Amino acid sequence: MTLMSDPGRRTGGEPFDPGAAAARATGAILADTLRGEARGVVVDSPPGAGKSTLVVRAALELAAAGRSLMVVAQTNAQVDDLVLRLAEKQPELPVGRLHSSDADPYDPALNELEQVRKSAKAGDLAGLPVVISTAAKWAHVRNVDPWEHAIVDEAYQMRSDALLAVAGLFERALFVGDPGQLDPFSVVGADQWAGLSYDPSASAVSTLLAHNPELPQHRLPVSWRLPASAAPLVSGAFYPYTPFRSGTGAGDRRLSFGVPSDGSGPDRVLDEAAESGWGLLELPARRTPRTDPEAVRAVALVVRRLLDRGGAAVSEREPGPVPLTPGRIAVGTAHRDQAAAVRAALAELGVSGVTVDTANRLQGREYDVTVVLHPLSGRPDATAFHLETGRLCVLASRHRHACVVVCRAGVAELLDEHPSTEPVQLGVTVKFPDGWEANHTVLAHLAEHRVPWRP
Amino acid sequence: MSLIGTLARLEAVESGHAQPLATVRHRHLSDRPLVLVPLTTAGEAGAPLGALVGTDPERPRLLAVPQPRDRELRFGFLAELADAVLPYLEGYVSEVEPAEQSATDPETGKKVKVEVELCADAPQLIVPSRAGAEYVRLLGRSMRFRRTAEQDPETPFPAPPRVPLLGRWLTHYGERGRVPGSALLLTATELLGRHWATGQSSLEDQHLGALLAWVDAPAGETGAAAALRAELDRDDEGQLRCPPAGPATDPAFDNKLLAPAVERYDRARQLLAEAADGEAADRLLGELHGAEEAVRRLLLSQLRPTWDAVWRTVGLLRELAPGARVAERWTRDRWSFTGHRDRVAAGEPPQPRRDDAVTAARKLAARESAQAQLEAQEALDDPLVMAGRRLAGEAFAAQVVEVTMAWTESKRPSPRPLLTVRTDDTPHLAERVKVFRSLDGKPQSAEFVRYEEDGSAVLRLLDRMGRAREPAEGSVPEKGDLITWTLFEHEQRTGAGLPEPEDTPWTHGGPPRTDPESPDPVTPEDLL
Repeated sequence: MTLMSDPGRRTGGEPFDPGAAAARATGAILADTLRGEARGVVVDSPPGAGKSTLVVRAALELAAAGRSLMVVAQTNAQVDDLVLRLAEKQPELPVGRLHSSDADPYDPALNELEQVRKSAKAGDLAGLPVVISTAAKWAHVRNVDPWEHAIVDEAYQMRSDALLAVAGLFERALFVGDPGQLDPFSVVGADQWAGLSYDPSASAVSTLLAHNPELPQHRLPVSWRLPASAAPLVSGAFYPYTPFRSGTGAGDRRLSFGVPSDGSGPDRVLDEAAESGWGLLELPARRTPRTDPEAVRAVALVVRRLLDRGGAAVSEREPGPVPLTPGRIAVGTAHRDQAAAVRAALAELGVSGVTVDTANRLQGREYDVTVVLHPLSGRPDATAFHLETGRLCVLASRHRHACVVVCRAGVAELLDEHPSTEPVQLGVTVKFPDGWEANHTVLAHLAEHRVPWRP
Repeated sequence: MSLIGTLARLEAVESGHAQPLATVRHRHLSDRPLVLVPLTTAGEAGAPLGALVGTDPERPRLLAVPQPRDRELRFGFLAELADAVLPYLEGYVSEVEPAEQSATDPETGKKVKVEVELCADAPQLIVPSRAGAEYVRLLGRSMRFRRTAEQDPETPFPAPPRVPLLGRWLTHYGERGRVPGSALLLTATELLGRHWATGQSSLEDQHLGALLAWVDAPAGETGAAAALRAELDRDDEGQLRCPPAGPATDPAFDNKLLAPAVERYDRARQLLAEAADGEAADRLLGELHGAEEAVRRLLLSQLRPTWDAVWRTVGLLRELAPGARVAERWTRDRWSFTGHRDRVAAGEPPQPRRDDAVTAARKLAARESAQAQLEAQEALDDPLVMAGRRLAGEAFAAQVVEVTMAWTESKRPSPRPLLTVRTDDTPHLAERVKVFRSLDGKPQSAEFVRYEEDGSAVLRLLDRMGRAREPAEGSVPEKGDLITWTLFEHEQRTGAGLPEPEDTPWTHGGPPRTDPESPDPVTPEDLL
């Protein structure tokens, strides 16, 4: 991996300068993208490492160099977000937004932007410096001249078959994504292709690199989102061979409450999380249905108390403390029915405006505080779904200040009773760390911030 | 497992009998299916031991290999299997009906309709279990690259004439069997498991005998007790009374009965080869036939219970009326069968060993859309399945309590009536979430607008109301109507176009090789 950029480790006693390390990495990426010989460049970006900033910057520089550019994102929300970011950075750059022919296919905010042309037909957008759309929409584009360059965003979440459908549209591409997040999946079995370099259910990047191992690979070395309390754990548990660091120091982020603790479990775990960045609210061991009513209520209570106690966050972004409003809080779950149950419990407690979603849908998002219902809480078994490394990684890496995990006791024993038993497929690169190991690492760390509570 | 599935299993445990998971049959059943019960040799992957095959429950055809390690005998078995299966398959190729298919005109590049043949019916293969279906694939894989003496006079071990062809058909059936909802290749365990819930784990449901015991327990006995008997009961000789459904055999059978019988056969053959004169040879030939007959009897004792269980399964399933959309899925199977018939007739080479990138992606896309379609269709066909979706928050039954007419704000206003509905279900509704109902068999969509104070939901109807300002008659629900809405779509959009294999891009290794595949090389394992 000689092509990897400097992972940002402290070397030779020099104080680590996150800004400089990130700038070096970005410079190398842009140099390879704009002036390199390779047809593709791959960038691994840990959570909150400035992936979107990199995509915007690369897009602007490619456009400035006169290369026709298409951008492939995975969801419409990501596409609209990118268009808005581009417009913010360079309002005079004409941008094409290719959209579906459904009703309300894009964010109405784009209507305010004169330089953004919107169409459901790629032909209408020909000649614009930048055209942006989802992978699903690009797959329908036919009979057009190929673009000189493409940027593929969230490439690790894109399936190999989706890349197959769009790769004919561009000459060269920059692939950006987070290898630690959830792998793409298929609702039907795809075992028969496991081990093939172009397994359609694998991630786009694994197929790309299997066929083009010589492509330069880079890595963003600094997480600007994760606080100093979280980066070492997330890096160690999910990126053991490609470590990254927090862009902020231990004292740069602070969380405080206007109202003192009432001594209850939720309040104590909030104090612990405010102090250390992590909190584990541990309910008594019990086997429960997925929508464990006690755990769901505990999650809702923690959120309620977070708001009631007048939380305020201090960070490097703002000079003073910023009140913790519902929009800056998220609840993460493994399953949709759990999210629905938490939403209902929150509504019962009169809380609105807090994002509640599954790990899949929280990917790429950022909040001040997150409350997580542990995927293995109350389960009788640990299936591959619940052990998936990416699921836990997403849930544990959305926060800027603190993360509170709500869980039933006994998960460590559950893990010991259920070692991973997935069949080993010939030709498939084994992913390290496996979910079992990552779960143990995270649990061991959370145990130091444990607040046992009997509701 | 879905919540309703878990509940059904709990009820099965409590009552001791399997509980229905469906009120209609969700798979097509042919009037004349071909049942195949294969057995394989322990420790010899791909060495068939025997099979029962046929379309008549009373008259199965027994195929047996008295010495499974003998390549000649193995080829003999495959030739006999081809003789039993191919006439059945070929019985369906010539009865056709005209059908239309869209194709791209090579000159204009436009989509045009072309008239093609569609087989009026298709042959259906039923095997006991998933392992049996896997064995069909294995047989297909082992046969389709064989060369006959006619294809290649130099080949050291020419395969009997029709064996490669059978390999291609079994490969096709094996692949089609992976498409959700398809019925060309069915397994008895999956048929039962789809329609009934037992009080045992899904792993235990892989045992056809135990599964059938739950679903169809003898009078006066609980399913649990019958299933336990099916799993464990042995006779005085230590043999299972309900032998495994194969293709693997019970080790006790292998060791105590089969091995001595095969040894006797080997010995008889050896002696026959060394026979000194005609008289001795005659006697020894008799002994050889006797030995072979003994192996056949043994195999029949293992195969017949499974054979009967498969037909019993077919009988149980036939008692259920087919779901309304089952025939539509069967038509897809007929297309699949017709397509392969045409490829064989056109002299195309056998299916490649591995799919190329584009073919793999196409298959995956087709199966994913078949899966979504199957889930939607089963729910629409069957109130019990729909109840499961309602319990999961993916559908809801609601009564219309108010209809308020409204229109779009445009030059030519279109109707967008607001429906206030009341439901006891708990669907996962959020603003702008689309819901669908079936209107004359076609989906009509609406979007969720808001919850009212009293908990009723407001939906905005979006389509299928005609072009006029006033909605077409019958297209808008009326007050008092009880309607089931789903949060999932009823029909699948056709997937995005993938490139042609010869246009495979650089990210996926470029175009695949096009030279025909060579036959499997002969390895030392082939020459025992």
